[in-house]
Amino acid sequence: MKITTEMVDYISVLSRLKLPEEEKEKMTGELEQIIAYMDTLNALDTSSVEPMSHVFPVKNVLREDEVVPSFDRAELLKNAPKADEEAFLVPKTVE
Amino acid sequence: MTWETVIGLETHVELATKTKIFCSCTTEFGGAPNTHCCPVCTGMPGTLPVVNRQVVRFAAKAGLALNCEITRYNKFDRKNYFYPDLPKAYQVSQLYLPIARNGRVPIKTESVEKDIRIHELHMEEDAGKLVHDPWIDQTKCDYNRCGVPLIEIVTEPDFRSADEVIAYLEKLKSTLEYLGVSDCKMQEGSLRCDVNLSVRPAGSTELGTRTEMKNLNSFKAISRAIEYEARRQIELIEEGKRVVQETRRWDDNKDATFSMRSKENAQDYRYFPEPDIPPLELSQEYLEQLRAEQPEMAEARKARYQEQYGLPEYDAGILISQKALVDFFEETVALGAPAKEVSNWMLGDMMRRLKDEELEPKDMKLTPANLAKLIKLIADGKINRNTAAKVFRAIFPDNADAEEYVKTHGLEQVNDAGLVAQVVEKVFAANESAVADYRAGNQKVMGFLVGQVMKELKGKADPKAVNQAVREKLEG
Repeated sequence: MKITTEMVDYISVLSRLKLPEEEKEKMTGELEQIIAYMDTLNALDTSSVEPMSHVFPVKNVLREDEVVPSFDRAELLKNAPKADEEAFLVPKTVE
Repeated sequence: MTWETVIGLETHVELATKTKIFCSCTTEFGGAPNTHCCPVCTGMPGTLPVVNRQVVRFAAKAGLALNCEITRYNKFDRKNYFYPDLPKAYQVSQLYLPIARNGRVPIKTESVEKDIRIHELHMEEDAGKLVHDPWIDQTKCDYNRCGVPLIEIVTEPDFRSADEVIAYLEKLKSTLEYLGVSDCKMQEGSLRCDVNLSVRPAGSTELGTRTEMKNLNSFKAISRAIEYEARRQIELIEEGKRVVQETRRWDDNKDATFSMRSKENAQDYRYFPEPDIPPLELSQEYLEQLRAEQPEMAEARKARYQEQYGLPEYDAGILISQKALVDFFEETVALGAPAKEVSNWMLGDMMRRLKDEELEPKDMKLTPANLAKLIKLIADGKINRNTAAKVFRAIFPDNADAEEYVKTHGLEQVNDAGLVAQVVEKVFAANESAVADYRAGNQKVMGFLVGQVMKELKGKADPKAVNQAVREKLEG
């Protein structure tokens, strides 16, 4: 599969990464190799194999619906790059 | 040309669990910002979500009630997007294996009776609230609502009018309330609706380009938005322009929809299986048990009220329209009050009070026990009906005890025949000309005399007894 620089741009927007121009060119080649490896995997006949989403044989891990006191707000907000006394602050967002 | 409107709905319903979907924080509405939060629902690295058992139960119950096939093997998926209403930068939802699929909801409007097909019902987490602060030109994030459990119910594009949409939503709301899985309060956002709408020439089987409308906070807004948007699209096409696929926001004040963001540059959510949550397997026994627990739904209850209690269809229809009314009715009847009597009080005096005070039945303070008491006071002859209506009005706002109220206000009925006779004597003496009129053939005067006696007795006598005493005296 051919990877264009437009595709690299799109992926870098999705992953919030800013790539310098010279790296974009390099990236097209690397991504092409990764996709080519997927083709190797795709060559296998998996029509009779159930898709696996979890590696551990666990299921139905559930908890009871009982309230536990919430966390201390000041402690939580301490982790934020920016906060006031009651809320996390982020750059202005407009819908 | 005649146009046909085609509508599909996506409804988000908050589940009435005590705790959030993946952590044990409370789901209570309101609260100071970020006080119902913990490391899990604020998306701190290294935390592990654990599914709330009750969320699965409620979602499965809702799926069963909407006649869906329940998915025995469930998984969660991550929907990735960068918007600070979700601090993890993804929402945990179900894309590939939603808990319920292929359901149907029968609806009835004045002109149509049909089934609305349910495409799917899935579980997901709610997002937080963003408030823009113009003073500091920053957005404040409140994550109290983050992780509150939701089910999203997606229909096929089966609606052809606003009436059909409202009929479906009313049915959905009633069903979820009967199940007890949600309180469905639209004003608190626990039932939210996105409307997908397109138009096409009548008779065509191809779908037109659709728009999605958000910010619809009441049935009235939904109805008006549908009518507005259908007209807007038809006008565009008739002018030779085209409808753009986009999300539009309904503005209740301006009575119009406005473009929010173009869907042509569709968001790429890059869904993938949520690795932190192991799959859920629902056993046949589990589903059988849920099925057995399903409550009697609105229609069945209505039929039973007509048959068992002899209520008129119209009355039964109003009682079953809201779960809060049904509960009130059944509890009062369980306390021994005659069903017909309870229904009459509820549909008459109670409805009037609710309307005058702009109250929802579920927010009313009056208790079934208190209404049962009031009804018993009448049955025991302690108060007459007129007095009872006054007492009802007085005790309604704060649920003051009916018996106490009658006692402290001296409203007990006068059942003393001697006293009634005495007052009749007195009234006749004071109204000789009226008495003479009656005897001269003017029968209407009797009502006046009865009224005078009741007035003397401060309205506390049994009207039947007074009537009889006056008649006997006049004829005797």
